Amino acid sequence: MQPNRLCFLDAQPMPDMVQAGAFDLSGLLAALSAKIKQMGAVRIVFDALDIILALLPNATARHFEMNRLHQWLLGHQVTALITAKAGGSDTSSAGQPFGFVQFMVDCSVVLNHRVDMGVSQRNLRVEKYRGSSFNEDESPFVIGKNGFDVAMARSLGRADTTVTSERVSSGVKRLDTMLDGGYFRGASVLITGFPGTAKTTLSGAFAEACCKRGDRTMFVSFDSDGSEVVRNLTSVGIHLQRYVEKGSLRMISARTFTGSAETLLVHIKTLAKEHQARCVVIDPISALAKAGNELTAHAVVERLIDWSKGAGVTLVCTSLLDEISSDAHNRTPLQVSTMADTWIHLNYLVQAGERNRGMSIIKSRGTAHSNQVREMILSKDGVTLADIYTAGGEVLMGTMRWQKESAERLAGDVAEVSAKLKHVSLDAEQAVLEVRAKSLRTELVAKKVEKDLLIRTTAVRKREMSGGRARMRELRGGDIAPQAKSSKKAKP
Amino acid sequence: MTDPVIFSFRLYIAGDTLNSGQAVANLRAICDRCLPGRHKIELVDVFKEPDRALEDRVFMTPTLLKLAPNPVERIVGTLNQTSLVLHAMGLEESAA
Repeated sequence: MQPNRLCFLDAQPMPDMVQAGAFDLSGLLAALSAKIKQMGAVRIVFDALDIILALLPNATARHFEMNRLHQWLLGHQVTALITAKAGGSDTSSAGQPFGFVQFMVDCSVVLNHRVDMGVSQRNLRVEKYRGSSFNEDESPFVIGKNGFDVAMARSLGRADTTVTSERVSSGVKRLDTMLDGGYFRGASVLITGFPGTAKTTLSGAFAEACCKRGDRTMFVSFDSDGSEVVRNLTSVGIHLQRYVEKGSLRMISARTFTGSAETLLVHIKTLAKEHQARCVVIDPISALAKAGNELTAHAVVERLIDWSKGAGVTLVCTSLLDEISSDAHNRTPLQVSTMADTWIHLNYLVQAGERNRGMSIIKSRGTAHSNQVREMILSKDGVTLADIYTAGGEVLMGTMRWQKESAERLAGDVAEVSAKLKHVSLDAEQAVLEVRAKSLRTELVAKKVEKDLLIRTTAVRKREMSGGRARMRELRGGDIAPQAKSSKKAKP
Repeated sequence: MTDPVIFSFRLYIAGDTLNSGQAVANLRAICDRCLPGRHKIELVDVFKEPDRALEDRVFMTPTLLKLAPNPVERIVGTLNQTSLVLHAMGLEESAA
């Protein structure tokens, strides 16, 4: 702070001061006038003005002094911020000893501090604001390392942030295909499931994919320490340690965090901003609804999603579904499901003495997505998805799926071999027929030759016979006319 | 008799406002009645000399400072409650 830019004036009434008769604030205002002139001040703060007002004997005097102050402020063209203690109703300043002040000021903000189920909740409400529209509802606020943070959702009038159709990988190849390319950048993804359904693993895969792509990422873990998460994920082929060391991934251990959901949101926002995170994982988001925060958690999650959208941060939240109930598909504890863009549900299927993980996409806004349930397989090489088999209306996973797969493979092999066999035998038959056809053709030729020979010999014989008769007639010396008779006679 | 104690007063007023005028009149009346010939009154107008008001941390007017004899007393208001003022000045016995 530069000298002479800010001046503090301690105007506490002297404790040993004797009050005898009426007084006014002219002295204070005269002193302030001098200071303002000296330093060219344009803003002035009166902290706890009620202390001095309380010394005034009656409401009329207080009213009079406030009016004096008001006139003085107008005369000096300075903007004043006045604080005063409130009592009684914590949502309105009406009925306070200095209640008339609210009619004088241009803007009035009421602050309150409540403790719900052991959790401190601070709220702020704009009571009036002349010449401007304002949100009349109570908004929670938090005082943190970076100052005063009022939890405000984006107002209705604010323009939406630019929406991108860029896709980011979910970290599981098959899931990307199911989602027609992955999550949208800036989307809010919800992963629900019962304990042990690999929610953390799936979100870890996402984190790894983000780091691989070069996006700065933050992983907030409520269930276990960040380093534990890193270690545990190594067993399923997700290696986050190098990114933590490189600094592109920040693990936040929030297990021991206590405080209001509001405070937590502010922490998350601050840390994400510090880290310049483009992707944030919160595991699990249901931790926000810890004891004492049930009422506010929903609004906090709403603002979390709103914030991530505004900042263009891709948000992956896991959420625990405690009760294995029939309506588990329709609700999550915080009703995040309605706000999330993509909702992936993980489930167990217990069958033939096995517990297998099933994964399905319940919804995914704006992306084509598969309606198929997939089996999620965790191995040391990573997370993979496998088709499940439906047989006779039953879904097969795990060993049964494997059995079915190998049976099918075997059946395939058999079919292939038998087809080959059939081919060979057909070849053989064809060869036999071809040979037969050749011999028949040869036979045909022979028959033709034989037939020709027959025709020729017949003709020769005929010729020779007729030649012989003519020769005979010549020899007998007969005439031609009775030839027919004689030939008839000669025939037999 | 030792030398009479001289009472030294400084009265901060705000121009010629009603409260300030009353305070000046009341102070003079008290001094004339109880401390004839052994008092000094200095009037300071906060509008004319705001720096002095700041220095003495006078924020409410009228404010009377009794500088001598010790201890220094600070009385705020029009001084119309005479007995209270005399008590604060430690004058009850001497006045009697």
